[in-house]
Formats: sequence, structure tokens, C-alpha cells
Amino acid sequence: MSPRAQQVVWPTLLACVLLALWQGLVVALEIPPYLVPSPWRVAQVLVADAGMLFSALAVTLKITLLAFACATVLGVLVAFAFVQSRVLEAALFPYAVLLQVTPIVAIAPLVIIWVKSPTLSLVICATLVALFPIIANTTLGLRSVNPGLLSYFQLQRATRWQTLLRLRIPSALPYFFGGLRISSGLALIGAVVAEFVAGTGGTGSGLAYQILQAGYQLNIPRMFAALLLITLTGVLLFALMAVVSRWALGSWHESQARSE
Amino acid sequence: MPAVDIQAVQKTYPGGTQALLPLSLTVREGEFVTLLGPSGCGKSTLLKMVAGLLPPSAGRVLLWGLPPDTAGLAQRRLGFVFQDATLMPWASVRANVRLPLDLAGVPRGDGDARVRRALAGVGLARFEDALPRELSGGMQMRVSIARGLVTEPTLLLMDEPFGALDEITRNRLDADLLALWRGRGLTVLFVTHSIHEAVFLSGRVLVMAARPGRVVADVPISEPHPRGPDFRISTAFSQYARQLQDILLQASGDSGDADARAMR
Repeated sequence: MSPRAQQVVWPTLLACVLLALWQGLVVALEIPPYLVPSPWRVAQVLVADAGMLFSALAVTLKITLLAFACATVLGVLVAFAFVQSRVLEAALFPYAVLLQVTPIVAIAPLVIIWVKSPTLSLVICATLVALFPIIANTTLGLRSVNPGLLSYFQLQRATRWQTLLRLRIPSALPYFFGGLRISSGLALIGAVVAEFVAGTGGTGSGLAYQILQAGYQLNIPRMFAALLLITLTGVLLFALMAVVSRWALGSWHESQARSE
Repeated sequence: MPAVDIQAVQKTYPGGTQALLPLSLTVREGEFVTLLGPSGCGKSTLLKMVAGLLPPSAGRVLLWGLPPDTAGLAQRRLGFVFQDATLMPWASVRANVRLPLDLAGVPRGDGDARVRRALAGVGLARFEDALPRELSGGMQMRVSIARGLVTEPTLLLMDEPFGALDEITRNRLDADLLALWRGRGLTVLFVTHSIHEAVFLSGRVLVMAARPGRVVADVPISEPHPRGPDFRISTAFSQYARQLQDILLQASGDSGDADARAMR
């Protein structure tokens, strides 16, 4: 079996075994569905409540993608600014760290109070969570230029702009995509956490809100179904970013060549 | 007019470290001059000052009578080759060689034709589309030389270009370099710490010593061209090599270099 096939076959096999075990235990021990629903029950609810759950997923996904896009644009801009000016970096970097280490659940209520539009407030929260890895990775990438090549560019009297375009950006790409992979997951986490905070205040329509509602109603199978959707979304986002990064870096980048 | 005219140039770093004592040197058009010396003798510093990358503390450098930072001069007439091939790993051989033309704003079609000629000149015509990592170290160095020659410079500055290669590859590239130099009427300023390489290549060897960096001897190598592999095993070659080695040992003794004294 090829290594790539092994990467798919073994986890799938394990999932089947665990699901079968779970189903068997729930049925054999007659565990009530309001404690632990069986996988089959969760699947049934997922189909029955599909309309409600998937429209909730669409809301969460919209916030996640908007936040991810904002974080990418903002993060790259900040990284460029940092690389152009050491003073700017020295002045701003501690605050970027501050943003990163402050838990989003602590800031979210404030943002939600301050910003009227619910979508916008959630996007802001999720962006704050997803921003830092992109800033940090892109800055590192723009800096990690081969010093020999840099002095060659100087010898050829390359302008700042040429050096940025032809040397710094290509050198930074693998780091940038590494940052994207981390941030895509964080954007989802940020979106869900912010929805939870907003949901406790009574507003919201995303997956986190569905989990909260299901919890109040002790509808545990629906809770599991929503949870499953969040997890799958996260995995899909990560896989998508991996594909995009492989496509963009293609066969030409060393870091990709080594990992293959 | 000399291609390179170095007039009483010296380099003192802040704090008073003398990287290079005052040094004067002229390189005539078409000459092959080598700077030979141990690490820290200021040979790379001197090369950087010739390239206009580093300002001298005193004295001045003129290239064909002009200061090296004259607009466009470096791009038009200088070629550089470093110890590492310093190629862009993400770009094809063609794009790597075309880089100095791209930076100078040469149109792509025109550039590609010149890239083909330059690559043919170093025997890599078939590898235009390859990526650097698909090539051996010696081939990467050839790409780097092609990149140095693609602008059709008249002065080639080479900083220990073959230092990281094995001896067999290095000897072959040395021979190729001599052929290019003769074929194109290049002026070459070459930095090395290999005595044998200096003897084989040069018309003139400037022997340098460290702490403080200075030139201790100017040795002409009057062996006629073309120089083949036989020259490497000739008596004349050994005599030149011995002469250079004696000067180097003498000079490092004067510097109070304990390692070199132990060698004697």
C-alpha cells in the first residue's frame, strides 16, 4: 500500500471500529440518548434537522471565512510594515503579542456591546484570534532571506521594490502558508467562541447557538450533530489550506520538495 | 586607462580595527589578478570596495576612471560570482541567470536569448528549465557563473567561487574559467585561499596577510596560455607554488600567527 493510501485507510478503519464499539456499548448497556446518543441516532438527527443545522453551519462558516480573509489581509499588511521599519516593529510587536495572549472570551462581550452589527462583531472577534500566526509567520518569512542572495541583489543595485517582489516575497511564501494553515483553524475556533458569548446574550444563529439551545433542551443528539459539523468544517478548512499551499508552492519550492 | 585603479585605499572599522592597511593596485584591461591570503586578510573587504558596496575609510577606487557607484556602471560592466552559487531555489535555471537582466529592465525576449548564450557558454544549454536543487554543486556554480556573465560584463569579480567544491570539479571549472577569460577578453579580479588555484589561473598574484590586512607581495605568473592540465604537474608550477607558500608563511610569522608558526 502506498504511504498516501495508508494515511487514509488506517484512520478510516480506526473510525469504523470506534463507531461500531460506541454503537454496540450504547445499545448493550441501554444508555439513554440524553446522556450519550448512539452514532446512528446522531446521524438520524443530522438528517432530520438538516435544514436548521446546515443553515447554522452556513452562518458560522460565513463568519469564519470573513474573519480568515480579514486576518490574512491585515496580517500580511502588518508584516510588510514590520519588515520595512524596525522602529514600527519594536513599537507594535508587544501589542500583537498582547492581543494573542488575551483570551477571546474575555474580550468578546466588550466587542459585542460596542459593535452594533452582530455579524461584524463576531467577525472582529474571530479575526483577533486568527491574526497573530499570520503576522508572526509572514514577518519571519520576509526576514529569512538567504544573505548571499540579498547581497547579490545589493550588488546589482536592485531597488527596495525589486528586492521585495523578487526576493523577499518568494522567500516568505512557505512561512506565509504555514501561518494560513494555523489561522484557518483558529478563525473557526474564534467564530464559535464568539458565537457562544453572543448566544448567551440571546442573539445568534450559528452552530454554537444551536449547541447552546440543544443543551438547554437536553437535546443531546442534536448537540453531537452540531459538534460533528464544527469538527468536520475545521478538518476540511485545514485540508483545503494544505491543498492550496501545495498548489501555490507547487513543485518549485525546496520546503515542499523535502517534505515529499 | 586601467580597468581597476585602487588608490591608497584603506579600511578601518569603528573601534580602530585595521581591516586593511593603505593599498594601491591597478588592474589593466584583460588582466587576471588574484588576491591570495588567509581568512581575515581583508581580500573580500577589498572586493566589496571595488564593487562599491563598502566605502573605503580613506583613498578611492576608480573603475575605468569612474567611481564604482556611478549610476548604471556596476550593472553594465561588472559581473559577480560568490563562494555559494546563491541561486533562487524557487526559480528555474533560466530565471536565475536572467535575474541581473530583469533587475536592469531588459525585455524578456531579448533576455532569454542572452540567457541561452550564457548557459551554452558554461555547457548547461540543456538545463534551462531545471531547478537549482536538481543540479550538482559544480553545475550550480556554473549557473552562477552564467549569471555573472549574462550581462556581458568586462570586469568579473569572483569571491572564492569554487571554495566549496571538490578538487576535481574545481580544477575543471578553473580550466573553463580560463577559457572564458581568454575567449571574451575579460578582466578578472579573483579571490582565493588556494595557492594552486592562484598559480594556475593568474597573470599576477597579490599575496595578502592578516592582522592587519595588507598586501605583502605582487608575484607575476609568466607561464604562457593556454595552460592545460600538464601545467599543474610541471616544475614551473611547483616553483611558483613554493614561492607563494614561502611568502605566506613569512607574512603570517610577521603577524604573530601562532598556528602558522607551528606549521613551519
